[in-house]
Amino acid sequence: MEPAAARITVPQAARRGEIVEVRVLVRHPMERAIDAPGLTPRPRRIVHTIRATYAGEEVFRMDLSPGIAANPYVAFRTLAVESGDLVIEWIEDGGAVHRQAARLTVS
Amino acid sequence: MTARRARAIVAAALALAAAAPVPAAEIRPSHEFLSPTMQAQQDDPSRHPGWLWVDEGESLWSRTPAPGRNSCAACHGGIDAMRGVATRYPAVAADGSLLNLEGRINRCRTRHQGEPPHPYESSPLLSLAAAIAQRSRGLPMAVAVDGAAAPSFELGRYLYDERQGQLNLSCGQCHDEQVGRRLRGDTISSGLGTGYPAYRLEWNALGSLHRRLRACSIGVRAEPFAAGSAEHLALELYLAFRARGLPVESPGLRR
Amino acid sequence: MAAAAAAAVLPTSPTTARAQAGTAESFETAQQAIVRGRTPRTGGIAIDMPPLSENGNSVDVSIRVDSPMTAADHVRAIHVLSPKNPHPRVATFHLGPRAGRAEVATRIRVATTQSIVVLAETSTGALLRAEREVIVVLGACVEGG
Repeated sequence: MEPAAARITVPQAARRGEIVEVRVLVRHPMERAIDAPGLTPRPRRIVHTIRATYAGEEVFRMDLSPGIAANPYVAFRTLAVESGDLVIEWIEDGGAVHRQAARLTVS
Repeated sequence: MTARRARAIVAAALALAAAAPVPAAEIRPSHEFLSPTMQAQQDDPSRHPGWLWVDEGESLWSRTPAPGRNSCAACHGGIDAMRGVATRYPAVAADGSLLNLEGRINRCRTRHQGEPPHPYESSPLLSLAAAIAQRSRGLPMAVAVDGAAAPSFELGRYLYDERQGQLNLSCGQCHDEQVGRRLRGDTISSGLGTGYPAYRLEWNALGSLHRRLRACSIGVRAEPFAAGSAEHLALELYLAFRARGLPVESPGLRR
Repeated sequence: MAAAAAAAVLPTSPTTARAQAGTAESFETAQQAIVRGRTPRTGGIAIDMPPLSENGNSVDVSIRVDSPMTAADHVRAIHVLSPKNPHPRVATFHLGPRAGRAEVATRIRVATTQSIVVLAETSTGALLRAEREVIVVLGACVEGG
């Protein structure tokens, strides 16, 4: 089983009101279901949701399908409103929830 | 291949050595065969999935494997101390064994950490190798192929030049003679392996050079050698020599 | 404001529940479920994709929708569909005014050469649509495993 981990990239610093780019790379094989004659059946095992919470609100959410590439990558924008943690949460099939935070410094 | 046959091949190859110099002039760094998009991604840790394994390796470097045992950091200090190490591998150990990075990591685990070796192609082994190799990124390859390394070097050269498989092709027939030409959707590179361990889109994961060499053999419909085998190690040494002076690109990003 | 775990959430889509149930809807069904009888407008969506993919396992997609992203007028959802994939509904991005800009990027699997469809819904009820063709080539040294 792969370690539950992500790389979150945010700017080192931002001005209040600036639109910043957040990049997230999640370690996950995004296994499609296998159910074909001659092959060992295997259930789907993907990350189905990635969400970001910052300054008290969910600011982004993505619904993923097996059509998203392995080790999913997503980039989105968010308004730099205050210094604080931008918390990325990713949820797998089966319900496991993982969290990792990146610090946004806003002046 | 038996050890006896290997020695016979090496003896014959050494006799011919002077006649077959490595064509250094035509050898191009691996990244030159990537599209501009892939090159840009290979240089961008925020988007290059291989860095997820580097992160795992850095985490394992500091981890104590069991109470009373040493972590890698306990002996070696911070992982940045590994700068330059990957440029010298594969290398011959004091006892005469040829080790690649993976072999050296496992030798540390068994002899100095009291731990079983990581299986070849396992995530921990790939991650540690990727994190260590990454510390040499951009530095020129500089392996020794003389002295104790000479027999492995000659075996590697022999394997590189030997035709294999139903398609009856040698490594050199593509990676020297057809460099830059298209093979279906791919452009044939100099086959250096300087980007390994590499994240290959084909694998949806990071993988070792030996895994890539197995894919080459399967591509020409030959029986592949085993990961970690003497043949692969010898080939790895030969490829590292072919790449001398060219930069380490690990973790690489490949199709 | 509530604590992060119970914070205000963006509107949910039925994608997740259906997908977890294992049923793969067709492209037409997926598109109809999103369109809901509205007439989509073309224009206002920029899709950035390589015309030729290096490998169908991972194709970069970057999408920008023109929008002031105010509380009164913002993009609330961007849907990506691949008509010829086993699962045509590839992803949905949920945004709000805190996004600042309706701009997202990801990497998708493309089974075969096809036109990727992007549908964007705004808070005013507008629906935008755009398409982009991507060609998938076969690699050379494939293990098949």
